[in-house]
Amino acid sequence: MISLFSAEGLAGLLFLGFIGLTLAGAIIATSACSLIRSVAGLALCFLGVAGLYYYLNSPFVALMQILIYVGAVCVTIIFAVMLAESSELKRVTRRNVLVGPLAFLASGLLVWGLVGLAWKTQWHPAIFYVDNWGTVENLGQSLLTIYSMSFELISVVLLVAVVGSLVLARQGRDK
Amino acid sequence: MMDILGLGNSLHTYLVIAALLFGIGIYGLVQRQTFIGMLISAELILSGASLNFMAFNHFLAPDPTVGQLFTLFIMAIAAAEAAIALSIIIAVYRNYKSIDTEDVTDLQG
Repeated sequence: MISLFSAEGLAGLLFLGFIGLTLAGAIIATSACSLIRSVAGLALCFLGVAGLYYYLNSPFVALMQILIYVGAVCVTIIFAVMLAESSELKRVTRRNVLVGPLAFLASGLLVWGLVGLAWKTQWHPAIFYVDNWGTVENLGQSLLTIYSMSFELISVVLLVAVVGSLVLARQGRDK
Repeated sequence: MMDILGLGNSLHTYLVIAALLFGIGIYGLVQRQTFIGMLISAELILSGASLNFMAFNHFLAPDPTVGQLFTLFIMAIAAAEAAIALSIIIAVYRNYKSIDTEDVTDLQG
């Protein structure tokens, strides 16, 4: 029995707050009218997900989530919104009014299937455990020993992405 | 009361939240009319997938560094994907003066 005013109770309350932040941010991100508001909802959702990572015993990934997603990806999307969205965007009437309800139906079916799968399956914990706790030290060591190849490859991918996006965004600039 | 406050210690909670994020992302991907809105929904789907990896990593995996590394790699891929997609959107806007999906129909038969 967890009392509300013990440490565990307060932690549980904070966890509920993070769940609410995540889901509210996701709903704002998909249903807000203006794009800038939906980017703000996306940042809110990422903050909530970072809190959930903290509860999953990995503060480093939570910090990286805030740094990369909220600090880099959301800011880049905001720049693109400011560059590309004209203020008096003509609202084209959607050709089919059924798109909204059908999208809701499809995503509802997917969620129903996934949640049913998660509840019905009997999850077994691992038989043996490697003797580490997933600390930052373990992360760094395995990043530079076992997974060093993937680490190098991901840096090459990032370099190619930077060069490619520069080339794409420069094309046709002098038109 | 105690069940609700102890929700963070069960695998099912995280799986349900990840499924909800995925579903909301799919809904936005189908329903949005602009390219940037679709990119935002794709980011939601990716974060649902990373939450799934982190939950399985914490509760079931024998080595708790593997899932964290996978999530870090997903973050790097998502950042690269966002950069490429946004520069494509800027190029499309320069040619069509619009980021609406209904306007970019040159290849439509």
